[in-house]
Amino acid sequence: MAVLDILKLPDPRLKQVSGPVTAFDDALRRFIDDLEETRQDGPAAVGIAAPQVAVFQRVVIVDCSQTRKPVPNHGRLVLVNPEITHWEGYEPGREGCLSVPDYTGNVIRATRIHLEARDPQGAPLEFDMEGYEARAVQHEIDHLDGILFVDRVVSRRTDLFRRKVYQKGGKKSETTKNTKNTKG
Amino acid sequence: MNDKWWMLTLVGQDSPGIVAAVTSALAEAGITLGETSMLRLGGNFTVMMMVSGDTDEQALRSLLVPVLEARGLRLHIDPIEAELHQHLVPNVQVTVSGADRTGIVAQVTTALAEGGFNILDLESDLAGTPHEPVYIIQISGVSGEPIERIEERLAPVRESGVSVNVVPVEPYIG
Repeated sequence: MAVLDILKLPDPRLKQVSGPVTAFDDALRRFIDDLEETRQDGPAAVGIAAPQVAVFQRVVIVDCSQTRKPVPNHGRLVLVNPEITHWEGYEPGREGCLSVPDYTGNVIRATRIHLEARDPQGAPLEFDMEGYEARAVQHEIDHLDGILFVDRVVSRRTDLFRRKVYQKGGKKSETTKNTKNTKG
Repeated sequence: MNDKWWMLTLVGQDSPGIVAAVTSALAEAGITLGETSMLRLGGNFTVMMMVSGDTDEQALRSLLVPVLEARGLRLHIDPIEAELHQHLVPNVQVTVSGADRTGIVAQVTTALAEGGFNILDLESDLAGTPHEPVYIIQISGVSGEPIERIEERLAPVRESGVSVNVVPVEPYIG
Protein backbone atom coordinates (compact mmCIF):
# COMPACT_ATOMS: atom_id res chain seq x y z
CA MET A 1 0.00 0.00 0.00
CA ALA A 2 1.23 3.45 -0.85
CA VAL A 3 -0.04 7.00 -1.11
CA LEU A 4 0.43 8.09 -4.72
CA ASP A 5 1.25 11.58 -5.99
CA ILE A 6 -1.77 13.54 -7.23
CA LEU A 7 -1.43 15.28 -10.58
CA LYS A 8 -2.44 18.91 -10.28
CA LEU A 9 -3.54 21.56 -12.75
CA PRO A 10 -1.91 22.59 -15.11
CA ASP A 11 -0.37 19.13 -15.61
CA PRO A 12 -1.31 18.28 -19.23
CA ARG A 13 -1.66 14.60 -18.34
CA LEU A 14 -4.98 15.45 -16.65
CA LYS A 15 -6.33 16.03 -20.20
CA GLN A 16 -5.41 12.52 -21.29
CA VAL A 17 -8.21 10.05 -22.07
CA SER A 18 -7.85 6.79 -20.12
CA GLY A 19 -8.19 3.36 -21.69
CA PRO A 20 -10.40 0.48 -20.53
CA VAL A 21 -9.12 -2.08 -18.06
CA THR A 22 -8.67 -5.45 -19.79
CA ALA A 23 -6.86 -7.50 -17.11
CA PHE A 24 -8.72 -7.97 -13.82
CA ASP A 25 -5.64 -9.26 -12.04
CA ASP A 26 -3.73 -8.83 -8.77
CA ALA A 27 -1.81 -5.88 -10.21
CA LEU A 28 -5.14 -4.08 -10.78
CA ARG A 29 -6.30 -4.84 -7.24
CA ARG A 30 -2.97 -3.68 -5.73
CA PHE A 31 -3.34 -0.44 -7.66
CA ILE A 32 -6.91 -0.02 -6.40
CA ASP A 33 -5.64 -0.40 -2.81
CA ASP A 34 -3.11 2.38 -3.42
CA LEU A 35 -5.74 4.55 -5.07
CA GLU A 36 -8.04 4.13 -2.05
CA GLU A 37 -5.22 4.96 0.36
CA THR A 38 -4.48 8.06 -1.71
CA ARG A 39 -8.18 9.08 -1.64
CA GLN A 40 -8.21 8.91 2.14
CA ASP A 41 -4.87 10.68 2.60
CA GLY A 42 -4.60 14.34 3.55
CA PRO A 43 -7.82 16.26 3.03
CA ALA A 44 -9.88 13.16 2.34
CA ALA A 45 -11.78 13.21 -0.93
CA VAL A 46 -15.18 11.68 -1.63
CA GLY A 47 -13.93 10.25 -4.89
CA ILE A 48 -10.80 9.72 -6.93
CA ALA A 49 -10.01 8.61 -10.47
CA ALA A 50 -6.96 6.65 -11.64
CA PRO A 51 -5.66 9.35 -14.03
CA GLN A 52 -5.35 11.72 -11.05
CA VAL A 53 -2.40 9.56 -9.99
CA ALA A 54 -1.07 9.23 -13.57
CA VAL A 55 -2.53 5.78 -14.20
CA PHE A 56 -4.54 6.13 -17.39
CA GLN A 57 -6.97 3.28 -16.87
CA ARG A 58 -10.73 3.52 -16.40
CA VAL A 59 -10.90 3.05 -12.62
CA VAL A 60 -12.65 5.30 -10.10
CA ILE A 61 -13.56 5.11 -6.42
CA VAL A 62 -16.43 7.02 -4.79
CA ASP A 63 -17.79 6.86 -1.26
CA CYS A 64 -20.78 9.08 -0.51
CA SER A 65 -21.57 7.40 2.82
CA GLN A 66 -19.66 9.95 4.92
CA THR A 67 -21.33 13.27 4.05
CA ARG A 68 -22.27 15.72 6.83
CA LYS A 69 -25.93 15.30 5.94
CA PRO A 70 -26.68 11.74 4.81
CA VAL A 71 -27.46 11.38 1.11
CA PRO A 72 -28.75 8.38 -0.88
CA ASN A 73 -25.69 6.24 -1.62
CA HIS A 74 -24.42 2.74 -2.31
CA GLY A 75 -21.46 2.88 0.10
CA ARG A 76 -17.88 2.71 -1.05
CA LEU A 77 -17.74 1.78 -4.71
CA VAL A 78 -14.79 0.70 -6.81
CA LEU A 79 -15.91 1.12 -10.41
CA VAL A 80 -13.87 -0.33 -13.27
CA ASN A 81 -14.77 0.68 -16.83
CA PRO A 82 -17.79 2.68 -15.58
CA GLU A 83 -20.32 3.82 -18.13
CA ILE A 84 -23.41 5.97 -17.70
CA THR A 85 -26.15 4.48 -19.84
CA HIS A 86 -28.98 6.81 -18.86
CA TRP A 87 -29.19 10.24 -17.32
CA GLU A 88 -31.97 12.66 -16.54
CA GLY A 89 -32.62 15.96 -14.81
CA TYR A 90 -30.11 18.73 -14.27
CA GLU A 91 -29.03 20.69 -11.25
CA PRO A 92 -26.09 22.86 -10.29
CA GLY A 93 -23.91 21.90 -7.34
CA ARG A 94 -20.61 22.94 -5.94
CA GLU A 95 -17.53 20.87 -6.71
CA GLY A 96 -13.85 20.89 -5.93
CA CYS A 97 -11.04 18.56 -6.91
CA LEU A 98 -7.83 17.13 -5.48
CA SER A 99 -6.22 18.12 -8.78
CA VAL A 100 -7.37 21.76 -8.48
CA PRO A 101 -6.52 22.82 -4.91
CA ASP A 102 -8.21 25.85 -3.28
CA TYR A 103 -10.98 26.27 -5.83
CA THR A 104 -14.63 25.30 -5.88
CA GLY A 105 -17.24 26.15 -8.47
CA ASN A 106 -20.77 25.32 -9.57
CA VAL A 107 -21.24 22.59 -12.13
CA ILE A 108 -24.47 21.36 -13.75
CA ARG A 109 -24.85 17.57 -13.49
CA ALA A 110 -27.58 15.08 -14.22
CA THR A 111 -29.64 14.41 -11.09
CA ARG A 112 -30.34 10.74 -11.87
CA ILE A 113 -28.17 8.26 -13.75
CA HIS A 114 -28.02 4.57 -14.52
CA LEU A 115 -24.50 3.25 -14.24
CA GLU A 116 -22.89 0.06 -15.51
CA ALA A 117 -19.38 -0.98 -14.45
CA ARG A 118 -17.19 -3.89 -13.41
CA ASP A 119 -15.91 -4.67 -9.95
CA PRO A 120 -12.17 -5.36 -9.32
CA GLN A 121 -12.77 -9.05 -10.11
CA GLY A 122 -14.43 -8.22 -13.42
CA ALA A 123 -18.00 -8.98 -12.33
CA PRO A 124 -20.70 -6.69 -13.75
CA LEU A 125 -22.25 -3.98 -11.56
CA GLU A 126 -25.34 -1.85 -12.15
CA PHE A 127 -26.68 1.05 -10.14
CA ASP A 128 -29.39 3.65 -10.25
CA MET A 129 -27.98 6.76 -8.60
CA GLU A 130 -29.26 10.19 -7.74
CA GLY A 131 -28.10 13.57 -6.44
CA TYR A 132 -24.72 13.79 -4.76
CA GLU A 133 -23.67 10.23 -5.63
CA ALA A 134 -24.69 10.69 -9.28
CA ARG A 135 -22.66 13.94 -9.26
CA ALA A 136 -19.66 12.07 -7.79
CA VAL A 137 -19.69 9.46 -10.52
CA GLN A 138 -20.08 12.06 -13.28
CA HIS A 139 -17.15 14.08 -11.87
CA GLU A 140 -14.92 10.98 -11.72
CA ILE A 141 -15.87 9.64 -15.17
CA ASP A 142 -15.01 13.09 -16.51
CA HIS A 143 -11.44 12.50 -15.26
CA LEU A 144 -11.33 9.28 -17.32
CA ASP A 145 -12.24 11.37 -20.36
CA GLY A 146 -9.62 14.04 -19.62
CA ILE A 147 -12.18 16.60 -18.43
CA LEU A 148 -11.83 18.67 -15.25
CA PHE A 149 -14.74 20.30 -13.43
CA VAL A 150 -13.18 23.69 -14.15
CA ASP A 151 -14.05 22.98 -17.81
CA ARG A 152 -17.72 22.85 -16.79
CA VAL A 153 -18.03 25.59 -14.17
CA VAL A 154 -21.00 27.91 -14.62
CA SER A 155 -21.52 31.33 -13.08
CA ARG A 156 -23.80 31.72 -10.11
CA ARG A 157 -26.04 33.96 -12.18
CA THR A 158 -26.52 31.24 -14.74
CA ASP A 159 -28.28 29.14 -12.11
CA LEU A 160 -31.06 31.68 -11.79
CA PHE A 161 -32.08 31.77 -15.40
CA ARG A 162 -33.30 28.30 -16.16
CA ARG A 163 -35.45 27.59 -19.12
CA LYS A 164 -36.96 24.61 -20.81
CA VAL A 165 -35.00 23.26 -23.74
CA TYR A 166 -35.50 20.27 -25.94
CA GLN A 167 -32.81 17.63 -25.70
CA LYS A 168 -31.75 15.27 -28.43
CA GLY A 169 -34.43 12.63 -28.88
CA GLY A 170 -37.26 15.06 -28.21
CA LYS A 171 -37.11 14.68 -24.45
CA LYS A 172 -37.99 17.82 -22.56
CA SER A 173 -35.80 18.64 -19.62
CA GLU A 174 -34.72 21.61 -17.59
CA THR A 175 -31.26 22.98 -18.14
CA THR A 176 -29.48 26.29 -18.43
CA LYS A 177 -28.79 28.15 -21.58
CA ASN A 178 -25.03 27.96 -21.14
CA THR A 179 -24.89 24.22 -20.71
CA LYS A 180 -23.52 22.52 -23.75
CA ASN A 181 -22.71 19.21 -22.14
CA THR A 182 -25.58 16.90 -21.53
CA LYS A 183 -23.44 13.93 -20.67
CA GLY A 184 -21.74 13.45 -17.30
CA MET B 1 7.43 38.97 -6.34
CA ASN B 2 6.63 42.10 -4.41
CA ASP B 3 4.31 41.46 -1.48
CA LYS B 4 2.47 44.76 -1.70
CA TRP B 5 -1.09 44.53 -2.96
CA TRP B 6 -3.74 47.06 -3.92
CA MET B 7 -7.43 46.78 -4.67
CA LEU B 8 -8.37 48.66 -7.81
CA THR B 9 -12.03 49.59 -8.23
CA LEU B 10 -13.11 50.76 -11.67
CA VAL B 11 -16.57 52.01 -12.53
CA GLY B 12 -18.00 53.52 -15.69
CA GLN B 13 -20.28 53.19 -18.68
CA ASP B 14 -19.97 49.63 -20.00
CA SER B 15 -18.56 48.94 -23.45
CA PRO B 16 -16.79 45.94 -24.98
CA GLY B 17 -13.01 45.80 -24.44
CA ILE B 18 -12.61 47.58 -21.10
CA VAL B 19 -11.13 44.57 -19.32
CA ALA B 20 -8.70 44.00 -22.18
CA ALA B 21 -7.57 47.65 -22.17
CA VAL B 22 -7.14 47.82 -18.38
CA THR B 23 -5.39 44.49 -17.95
CA SER B 24 -3.12 45.12 -20.94
CA ALA B 25 -1.97 48.43 -19.45
CA LEU B 26 -1.27 46.63 -16.15
CA ALA B 27 0.49 43.68 -17.77
CA GLU B 28 2.72 45.92 -19.88
CA ALA B 29 3.88 47.60 -16.67
CA GLY B 30 4.63 44.23 -15.06
CA ILE B 31 1.69 44.42 -12.67
CA THR B 32 0.28 41.02 -11.71
CA LEU B 33 -3.37 40.27 -10.94
CA GLY B 34 -4.78 38.37 -7.98
CA GLU B 35 -8.46 37.61 -7.54
CA THR B 36 -10.79 39.79 -9.60
CA SER B 37 -14.51 40.24 -10.04
CA MET B 38 -16.16 42.03 -12.93
CA LEU B 39 -19.88 42.61 -12.94
CA ARG B 40 -22.23 44.60 -15.09
CA LEU B 41 -24.61 46.33 -12.70
CA GLY B 42 -27.51 48.15 -14.28
CA GLY B 43 -25.53 48.70 -17.48
CA ASN B 44 -22.49 49.99 -15.60
CA PHE B 45 -19.11 48.36 -15.90
CA THR B 46 -17.69 47.49 -12.48
CA VAL B 47 -14.57 45.59 -11.63
CA MET B 48 -12.53 45.03 -8.50
CA MET B 49 -9.05 43.68 -9.04
CA MET B 50 -6.31 42.70 -6.65
CA VAL B 51 -3.02 43.84 -8.19
CA SER B 52 0.57 43.51 -7.10
CA GLY B 53 3.93 44.66 -8.40
CA ASP B 54 7.02 46.73 -7.80
CA THR B 55 5.15 50.03 -7.88
CA ASP B 56 3.25 52.54 -5.77
CA GLU B 57 -0.23 54.00 -5.74
CA GLN B 58 0.72 57.08 -7.78
CA ALA B 59 2.45 55.01 -10.47
CA LEU B 60 -0.52 52.64 -10.67
CA ARG B 61 -2.87 55.54 -11.28
CA SER B 62 -0.55 57.14 -13.83
CA LEU B 63 -0.25 54.02 -15.94
CA LEU B 64 -4.04 53.66 -16.09
CA VAL B 65 -4.80 57.33 -16.89
CA PRO B 66 -4.84 56.82 -20.70
CA VAL B 67 -7.39 53.99 -20.36
CA LEU B 68 -9.45 55.89 -17.79
CA GLU B 69 -9.69 58.91 -20.07
CA ALA B 70 -10.35 56.95 -23.25
CA ARG B 71 -13.07 54.87 -21.60
CA GLY B 72 -14.56 57.40 -19.19
CA LEU B 73 -13.81 55.25 -16.15
CA ARG B 74 -13.35 56.25 -12.55
CA LEU B 75 -10.64 54.57 -10.49
CA HIS B 76 -10.28 54.04 -6.76
CA ILE B 77 -7.17 52.47 -5.21
CA ASP B 78 -6.79 50.95 -1.71
CA PRO B 79 -3.71 49.30 -0.24
CA ILE B 80 -4.74 45.84 1.03
CA GLU B 81 -3.49 42.73 2.76
CA ALA B 82 -3.68 39.78 0.35
CA GLU B 83 -5.03 36.49 1.65
CA LEU B 84 -4.44 34.12 -1.22
CA HIS B 85 -4.83 30.35 -1.45
CA GLN B 86 -7.02 30.36 1.66
CA HIS B 87 -10.53 30.28 0.24
CA LEU B 88 -13.30 29.66 2.73
CA VAL B 89 -15.74 27.05 1.50
CA PRO B 90 -19.46 27.86 1.84
CA ASN B 91 -21.72 25.39 3.62
CA VAL B 92 -25.06 27.16 3.19
CA GLN B 93 -26.78 28.79 0.27
CA VAL B 94 -29.73 31.13 0.71
CA THR B 95 -31.90 32.17 -2.22
CA VAL B 96 -34.54 34.83 -1.77
CA SER B 97 -37.04 36.15 -4.29
CA GLY B 98 -40.13 38.27 -4.08
CA ALA B 99 -41.92 41.39 -5.19
CA ASP B 100 -39.44 44.22 -4.98
CA ARG B 101 -39.61 46.48 -1.96
CA THR B 102 -37.12 48.52 0.02
CA GLY B 103 -35.24 46.62 2.70
CA ILE B 104 -35.32 42.96 1.62
CA VAL B 105 -31.53 42.59 1.62
CA ALA B 106 -31.29 44.40 4.95
CA GLN B 107 -33.94 42.14 6.50
CA VAL B 108 -32.39 38.92 5.20
CA THR B 109 -28.77 39.73 5.97
CA THR B 110 -29.59 41.11 9.43
CA ALA B 111 -31.38 37.87 10.29
CA LEU B 112 -28.35 35.91 9.03
CA ALA B 113 -25.84 38.13 10.84
CA GLU B 114 -27.65 37.57 14.13
CA GLY B 115 -26.72 33.90 13.78
CA GLY B 116 -23.10 34.67 12.96
CA PHE B 117 -23.55 33.77 9.30
CA ASN B 118 -20.45 34.80 7.33
CA ILE B 119 -21.50 35.88 3.84
CA LEU B 120 -18.82 34.90 1.33
CA ASP B 121 -20.77 35.86 -1.73
CA LEU B 122 -23.91 37.88 -2.38
CA GLU B 123 -25.51 38.77 -5.67
CA SER B 124 -28.84 40.42 -6.05
CA ASP B 125 -30.73 41.31 -9.14
CA LEU B 126 -33.81 43.21 -10.11
CA ALA B 127 -35.80 40.94 -12.42
CA GLY B 128 -39.39 40.97 -13.65
CA THR B 129 -40.82 43.95 -15.48
CA PRO B 130 -40.81 47.67 -14.69
CA HIS B 131 -44.46 47.28 -13.61
CA GLU B 132 -43.90 44.14 -11.58
CA PRO B 133 -40.29 44.19 -10.40
CA VAL B 134 -39.01 41.07 -8.65
CA TYR B 135 -35.97 41.08 -6.38
CA ILE B 136 -33.76 37.98 -6.36
CA ILE B 137 -30.90 37.45 -3.92
CA GLN B 138 -28.40 34.64 -3.91
CA ILE B 139 -26.17 34.31 -0.87
CA SER B 140 -23.59 31.70 -0.03
CA GLY B 141 -21.60 31.60 3.14
CA VAL B 142 -20.41 29.81 6.21
CA SER B 143 -22.69 29.17 9.15
CA GLY B 144 -22.09 27.26 12.35
CA GLU B 145 -25.85 26.83 12.79
CA PRO B 146 -28.02 23.98 11.52
CA ILE B 147 -30.18 24.68 8.46
CA GLU B 148 -33.34 24.48 10.59
CA ARG B 149 -32.10 27.30 12.84
CA ILE B 150 -31.31 29.50 9.84
CA GLU B 151 -34.80 28.74 8.50
CA GLU B 152 -36.24 29.92 11.82
CA ARG B 153 -34.26 33.15 11.67
CA LEU B 154 -35.60 33.80 8.17
CA ALA B 155 -39.21 32.88 9.00
CA PRO B 156 -40.26 36.55 9.46
CA VAL B 157 -38.91 37.30 5.97
CA ARG B 158 -40.98 34.46 4.55
CA GLU B 159 -44.06 35.62 6.45
CA SER B 160 -43.67 39.01 4.76
CA GLY B 161 -44.46 37.30 1.45
CA VAL B 162 -40.94 36.68 0.15
CA SER B 163 -39.84 33.24 -1.02
CA VAL B 164 -36.82 31.98 0.95
CA ASN B 165 -34.84 28.84 0.19
CA VAL B 166 -32.06 27.64 2.51
CA VAL B 167 -30.02 24.65 1.39
CA PRO B 168 -26.90 23.02 2.79
CA VAL B 169 -23.94 23.14 0.44
CA GLU B 170 -21.43 20.33 0.60
CA PRO B 171 -18.97 20.67 -2.23
CA TYR B 172 -18.20 17.38 -3.88
CA ILE B 173 -14.42 16.88 -3.74
CA GLY B 174 -13.00 14.27 -6.07
